Amino acid sequence: MADPQPVQDIGEYVSGALEGAIASSEVAGGELTVHANRDDIVRVLTFLRDDVLCQFKILLDVCGVDYPERNERFDVVYHLLSLTQNARIRVKVTTDEDTPVPSVTSVFNAANWWEREAWDLYGIFFAEHPDLRRILTDYGFEGHPLRKDFPLTGYVEVRYDDAQKRVVYEPVNLTQEFRNFDFLSPWEGIQQQLPGDEKATVDDETEGAGGEG
Amino acid sequence: MPDTNIKNLTMNFGPQHPAAHGVLRLVLEMDGEIIDRADPHIGLLHRGTEKLIEYKSYLQAVPYFDRLDYVAPQNQEHAFALAVERLAGIEVPPRGQYVRVLYAEIGRILNHILNITAYAMDVGAMTPMLWAFEEREKLMEYCERASGARLHMAYFRPGGVAADIPDSLVDDIAAWCESYPAMIDDLESLLTENRIFKQRTVDIGVMTAEQCFDWGFTGPNLRASGVPWDLRRAQPYDVYDELDFEIPVGKHGDCYDRYLVRMYEMRESVKIMKQCIAQMPAGPVKAADGKFAPPARDEMKRSMEALIHHFKLYTEGYRVPEGETYAAVEAPKGEFAVYLVSDGTNRPYRCKIRAPGFAHLQAVDVMSKGHMLADVVANIGSLDIVFGEIDR
Repeated sequence: MADPQPVQDIGEYVSGALEGAIASSEVAGGELTVHANRDDIVRVLTFLRDDVLCQFKILLDVCGVDYPERNERFDVVYHLLSLTQNARIRVKVTTDEDTPVPSVTSVFNAANWWEREAWDLYGIFFAEHPDLRRILTDYGFEGHPLRKDFPLTGYVEVRYDDAQKRVVYEPVNLTQEFRNFDFLSPWEGIQQQLPGDEKATVDDETEGAGGEG
Repeated sequence: MPDTNIKNLTMNFGPQHPAAHGVLRLVLEMDGEIIDRADPHIGLLHRGTEKLIEYKSYLQAVPYFDRLDYVAPQNQEHAFALAVERLAGIEVPPRGQYVRVLYAEIGRILNHILNITAYAMDVGAMTPMLWAFEEREKLMEYCERASGARLHMAYFRPGGVAADIPDSLVDDIAAWCESYPAMIDDLESLLTENRIFKQRTVDIGVMTAEQCFDWGFTGPNLRASGVPWDLRRAQPYDVYDELDFEIPVGKHGDCYDRYLVRMYEMRESVKIMKQCIAQMPAGPVKAADGKFAPPARDEMKRSMEALIHHFKLYTEGYRVPEGETYAAVEAPKGEFAVYLVSDGTNRPYRCKIRAPGFAHLQAVDVMSKGHMLADVVANIGSLDIVFGEIDR
């Protein structure tokens, strides 16, 4: 179910009030998405939190999304919740592997771990983050596993080596090849025109035209 | 007397500590018996759920949600089902919605039984767990009778639920709803006015409402700080808007209030379950769209079309239109949400799981600062931490 409050107004209000910091805003399926400029994210979230008409006081989530084909391949998505407006807002900024995103831990303490997670899983760097360590992956893990170019199986596997009496890391050795089925082949029946279809279409059009005339 | 240089002691708590509720590793900086800093190290149960889901069809992704918060599996599935339905524009028939709400509340009681009793055990009370787990076992039996699995139900599917529940099961759940409040009374008689329990919990780990907002608290932990916010009421999904229930709110935001809120929520859940049973209409439990929800087994034996649908759904799955959505449910621990990005194929492009415990555990540091070592255990217990959902 979509949010009960009309979020369109909030989107327009926010884009108006934050002139220059908001690139665009849209409402899709009852959910408001605001595209912010990367360098203004702290200002945007501070405004959203403190403005009387917004009061998005809870930062629910910060996460990355990877689109490797894009120039700036990462989206950083912030989800905020306003209890007084009973509304949600999604703020997005884009970045690439090298460009840091300003950390919003100064605005919301909750952002601390979410940003560490985005750093860990995507390698998105957050500038001025107080404690940007890895969080979910193993101690000493290399790479950023949720990137689309990181293989599902990873690169190393661990096992306990009885001779050495410790856990050893080894390159992944798959006994069976990973099965990745291509379901994008056209299964939804024959899409192209069958021979003779063009005649039927022409007939329909002439009929339609005749009806209008 | 010359000044002696006293260094803080750094202590390792967990990951194999019974009060760590799983695999929490806490690095504690102690000034004597007082906590100076608590640094939780998480990720020891990280299984890469989000990555795995990107390589599975939408239906195959459902069981992964059971394994997040394995104490109340159905509530996680609920969020995923809502997210997919919202993207695909699928409407769940009324009976399906009632069955879901019924089982979501069973999940809530499952969770609260475990949390309250395990918490009581953390602070020294053994009996509640022994008593209440009998009820928990009964509830898991109802889960088994509906889905075939006691724990990991994989029952809430996008489009409805996997299978209808028989009337005999509904009658048994109704009978259980009559008997369970007496059990809650018994539990309360053991804990609520218990002097030791109160000494361990009252005014421990106080979080003000502002702090809760700042740290992203949701669910009972937020309500214990006096914020009447419940998604079932504020942004109702399925049939919650047709049901009558109260939202318990605490006053002090301490461990004791968090316990009380959960206790009262169990009573309200029983109330919701009773209403679901009374109001549950007859009819289908999953969407009629054959391209989305699998056909009935008997239909499959007779109809060629149904057979094709079945084959397609369990090999290719269904395609979900391009778009993104953030679907949140009031899971027992707080706001559990799925941020789902679809690129129009049969697999999610990105499935971010917003686990309430992740935000809660983060606040252990501020909650525990200045408290005694033993209070860390009380704080962790009262936050309702389950590592399946935090580490994902």
